[in-house]
Parts: sequence; C-alpha cells; structure tokens
Amino acid sequence: MLLIHCPYCDETLPEVEFTYAGEAHVMRPEDPSAATDEDWHAFLFLRDNIKGVHFERWRHVHGCGRFFNAARNTITDRFLTTYRAGAPRPDPGTLTEGGE
Amino acid sequence: MTAHADIPPPGTLIRTAAARIGITAAPGRLSLRARDGLGALGTALGIDLPGRIGGRAGRDAIEAMCLGPDEWVLLSPPEEVAALLAAGAAVYAAHPHSLVDISGRETTIAIDGPRAAELLTLGLARDPAGIAPGDGRRTYFDGQTVILWRDGETRFRMDVWHSFAPHLLGLLDTGCRELAAEAP
Ligand SMILES: [Zn+2]
Repeated sequence: MLLIHCPYCDETLPEVEFTYAGEAHVMRPEDPSAATDEDWHAFLFLRDNIKGVHFERWRHVHGCGRFFNAARNTITDRFLTTYRAGAPRPDPGTLTEGGE
Repeated sequence: MTAHADIPPPGTLIRTAAARIGITAAPGRLSLRARDGLGALGTALGIDLPGRIGGRAGRDAIEAMCLGPDEWVLLSPPEEVAALLAAGAAVYAAHPHSLVDISGRETTIAIDGPRAAELLTLGLARDPAGIAPGDGRRTYFDGQTVILWRDGETRFRMDVWHSFAPHLLGLLDTGCRELAAEAP
C-alpha cells in the first residue's frame, strides 16, 4: 500500500483514506463562452498519460475531505511531493523520490 | 431519536478481558462548515473552535472536533441542538456558514478496555498511536468513513452512519472475543 502525505492534515497516511482524481493543473477556460469546441474537447478529454513524473490530483476523502496535488513517478509509483490545491506546480528538477 | 431495527439500544453489547463494546446514548450532532469569522462564530457558539485537524474543544457537555480545514462536528445533549442552531443563525448575516442538524445520521460506538487500541487495528488502516488521547480524526474503518474520538489511552468512541453500524458492531464483537481467546 502507498503512504500519502496529506498537505492539509500534515500526516503521512495509508492510501485507502485517499482517492485518485486525475491529472492536475487542467485549467477550465477562463472565458467559457469564448472557448471553441476544440478547446472544450481538450479540456474535457485530452490527458498526457505521462511516463515519469506525473502531476495529479488526490482527495483525502476519508479524512479532511480536501483535494490536493501530488507529483508521482509513474514508473516507480513513488510520490515525490504533495502540495495544496492552488499552489504552483513545482519544478520536477527540484524533486527527489522519498522527498516530502 | 429514531429506533433502527438492526441496531441495539444504548448500553454494553459485549465485555471481554480485551475490551468492552457499547452504544452510547444518542447525542445531538451538528455539522459546521465555515471559512472565515471563526472567532466570532466560536464566540456565538461558546466554543473556541480548534483550528488543527483532529483537535477538540468544548464546554459543558458540548464537544467539537475539527475534521478538515473548514469543517467541524459538534456533539451536544439533544436538547441543546436548537440553541446552537439559533446561536449560529444569529451571526449568519455577518459570518456566513453552514450549521446543520445531523442528529439522525449516526450511531456512536464506545470502545474501551486494556486492548481497545489493538482491537481497532482490525479495521483501521492507520496506526491508532498517531491519534493522541484527547484528539480524534475522521478516518477509514473496514470500508467506512468514521469519526474516531480518542478519549484516553484505552477509551475510544466511533461515530458511524447507521446503515454501517450492524456490520461494524459484528466485526468489533468478533474482535473482542478473538483477542480475549488468545493464549496469555
Ligand atoms: Zn487530509
């Protein structure tokens, strides 16, 4: 089982308390009525399926209830960091496996 | 309070050398969500709302636990629920929040005895040692979201939604007997 650090609870907890919630930093169009069908298509359906460091959302659903973001290496399945929703995406070059 | 066909009335259900399992008298329960004006809201409710997740505070027979960054649960004597709701409503215009009576939702299971913490490992994914006496957490127990109150080293309460209570009571009953049946 993975251990995941919740940045709101500030505790490292078993994976079963969390749910995965897809790729992070997918921005809804700021002016929805100006977005084209292609924009909506990309927003709703297109994801990167990264091999390596993937920025993704998780939710501490059986705990504080909060969504947050994580960087996880999809090859090793190790978390590099987790951070609060709304915080900027960290530079992957600064992240190391096992770091919090 | 509503009686539920599959949930026994308050009282002790099983007591072994390991632990005792019981159901508490049904308290009043309130769910509070608020982002700002916590000081004023706390003053209105008469509770210094804890800001740390898992932290608890209270007055008289009223208890509050912080469940998330903007979420608390309050337990009170059932007859005080209306007064708490009114206290919240009185400051609502200045400090918008959500304060909802959820008294009909959950059963509280009391778990205490020398091996109570060990008994909880039957369904708790996290280490009970991570929850200090006097604290609590919303967490996960054998497939359900529960609110766990650690009242002492060997005393716990677990709030579970009614529909999960028969299953969890059965599991805890089995665990109580198993631990007590172990060779010394
Ligand atoms: Zn959390």
